Amino acid sequence: MTEQGLLSLTGVCKSFPGCIANDNIDLDVAAGEIHALLGENGAGKSTLVKIIYGVLRPDQGNIRWQGKVTRIENPAQARSLGIGMVFQHFSLFEAMTTLENIALALPPEDPEALRARLEETASAYGLALQPDRHVYDLSMGERQRIEIVRCLLQNPQLLILDEPTSVLTPQETEILFETLRTLSQESRAILYISHKLEEVRALCDRATILRGGRRVDDCLPAQETTRSLAEKMIGKKIQQVSRQSPIDSGSSMLLAVSDLNVRSDLAHGVDLTDIRLEVRAGEVLGIAGIAGNGQIELMGALSGETGSPLAGSIRILGTDAIGLNPTARRSLGAVFVPEERIGHAAVADMTLVDNSYLTGDTRMKFSRRGLIDWPAVTRYTQNVVQDFDVRTTGVDALASSLSGGNLQKFIVGREILQEPSLLVVSQPTWGVDAGAAAAIHEEIQRLVSAGAAVLMISQDLDEIFLLSHRIAVISQGTLSAAMPIDEITPEDIGLLMGIRHEVQPEADHVTA
Amino acid sequence: MPDLIIASVMTMMTAATPLVFAATGELICERSGVLNLGVEGMMLIGAVFGFATAAVTGNAPLGLLMAGVAGLLASLIFATLTLSLLSNQVATGLALTIFGTGLSALVGFDYVGETIDQIAAIHLPVLSDLPVVGRLLFGHDPLVYLSLGLLAAVAWFLSRSRWGMILRAVGDSDVSAHAIGYPVVLIRYAAVAFGGMMAGLGGGYLSLVYTPLWAENMAAGRGWIALALVVFASWRPERVLFGAILFGSITILQLNAQAAGLGIPAAFMSMLPYIATIVVLVLISRDAIKIRLNAPACLGRPFRAER
Repeated sequence: MTEQGLLSLTGVCKSFPGCIANDNIDLDVAAGEIHALLGENGAGKSTLVKIIYGVLRPDQGNIRWQGKVTRIENPAQARSLGIGMVFQHFSLFEAMTTLENIALALPPEDPEALRARLEETASAYGLALQPDRHVYDLSMGERQRIEIVRCLLQNPQLLILDEPTSVLTPQETEILFETLRTLSQESRAILYISHKLEEVRALCDRATILRGGRRVDDCLPAQETTRSLAEKMIGKKIQQVSRQSPIDSGSSMLLAVSDLNVRSDLAHGVDLTDIRLEVRAGEVLGIAGIAGNGQIELMGALSGETGSPLAGSIRILGTDAIGLNPTARRSLGAVFVPEERIGHAAVADMTLVDNSYLTGDTRMKFSRRGLIDWPAVTRYTQNVVQDFDVRTTGVDALASSLSGGNLQKFIVGREILQEPSLLVVSQPTWGVDAGAAAAIHEEIQRLVSAGAAVLMISQDLDEIFLLSHRIAVISQGTLSAAMPIDEITPEDIGLLMGIRHEVQPEADHVTA
Repeated sequence: MPDLIIASVMTMMTAATPLVFAATGELICERSGVLNLGVEGMMLIGAVFGFATAAVTGNAPLGLLMAGVAGLLASLIFATLTLSLLSNQVATGLALTIFGTGLSALVGFDYVGETIDQIAAIHLPVLSDLPVVGRLLFGHDPLVYLSLGLLAAVAWFLSRSRWGMILRAVGDSDVSAHAIGYPVVLIRYAAVAFGGMMAGLGGGYLSLVYTPLWAENMAAGRGWIALALVVFASWRPERVLFGAILFGSITILQLNAQAAGLGIPAAFMSMLPYIATIVVLVLISRDAIKIRLNAPACLGRPFRAER
């Protein structure tokens, strides 16, 4: 609060049919401060920042920008005022190149000049980009880097970041934080939305906490604990998820992959080379790694979506699964949760009930003699919504109407309630708030203690360390040997991912 | 013999030109994410209003202008229904074709059998008189050059210009384009209108140059072929041209073959251009990655800006 207020919102209200997203919200952001906006999924954070960025219009309330009451009609106007935003659901064009995506958000400019500026900014802030690659074959992490660089190129006075670190490695996050601190020293304000409370404490000067569309508190994160922040956010005490107990090595092998070689279908995908892994009953194997190092290909090979691998074997519950499609693998006892929520895990324009049926039919026997037992599917969906606290207007809501975190709870819950023997999950809590993440983690642990095996691919090291019994690192399409959790530290893993990026051929020595 | 070949090539170009017009327009329309199945109807509307104008005023170029305007107005009906009122694009497009067929028959009733002064082929001193290449390069009617020029302009627009990039962005992700701040609906209106104008010009070419007279339902499925061309050309202008010329060539070749009396049923010969064009374009456009890069991801999806 040292500087004059840059942005000030008073009494902002916004409602959608069926819900009040923002109810009389006040918010003050001063120049040069890093201001956190905290809240659960569906607390109204995204709606509020969309109003600030001119995507949505408030029903009521005032926005003051640099002391003057301003109506922000559209994003172009927001940008010309000096407001930049990195979206949570990326606003990128998949069939276009990185350079084109960036050019589209900027005033007209010579492409070569822009390319030079892009490369300069990208390297200045340590965000590696390839200007001529098409977005559709980039990983989530790379897509996010485009969004961030695109914003920085606009030289904003206020930068809004909606969960910027959810797909970054610890090192990348550190670099981003340095960037943000530099920006704030240049007297720019940053509005930072995150569920990672540690980050908020480490980075942010001030925090505004939203719950159920209302502002419930303002606080100084440095004077709070992670726990107290989380409790303010959720409005009740939360239980700590306990560490995993070690499992005995005699339990049966539920997933065994040996010498798996896969050629990627993606134009700039990563081929998998000699992947070897084993997961036993009652065990979580965590696979850490930076986005775009073969995670998508590994997930596709395990779920059976991408056809037969070049070589190698995959055994699910002891049965050779090579050549089996996802449905056949599901009937063996495996379930899969892919990384992309919309379009891959769920059909956007179908209801939750329909989406439950799509993956649940095999294991839950929803159809009899070719007819679908809709009451049973509806009951099942209601269970998922209840058990996983999915905030929705009802089980007949379209998947696309749910916020990202709520949809994530739904697609994870939908698989876990099928009581699988093997769960293969990628990024189980991406974009999910602390309370919901804890709930998902708890359910995964419950599943494991009931004797299931879990293979978890995640870029979130906290999550990897919280849940895994053993950890392996994927890099350049190769997988390190799995290390028991007490023999490896986050720093080791971070370092390992970094080293292997630079030295690919000798990568195998590092963990051997 | 060379004369015969030259004459055949010349007619091939005239057979291809209506398709070049209509498909180029539809290409822009679809690249913006709007699927307008009313091309056939807009062509017929263009054809009849163009012909009627020329018949009444005796001015064929004015007729052609009217053809374009009529096609554009017809497409604005479609745009209002689908973009502002969010009706289903497939159903609305089909309705537009049915409407265009009926309206053109009604308006054209009095003009059946009438003749007009057709737009003459150009004749450049010296150049057009060169042996062989003279007529092939410089002896077509002006509209052949106009259609090729517009196609080239569209190709340049899409790949090189900023507005072309914005148009592709709107077709690729309307939600993202809106989030960045582009007027998605307005851009789509413009694209649909351009498509309508081009379909109208294609229809006008049929009734003012190609035949030149008015006959009910004279587009004879060319609107549908133009639609198919766009899809099977994987939304790339140079392939649209290739497909259109292929269609024109086979049309003329099979006519010549029929005239020569090869003993193949006429019905089979008549369907050859349609089948051959589609088969060839399907064969050359099998690359899944290329299709992914050029196909507008939002094609046919209604968009409403949340506010």
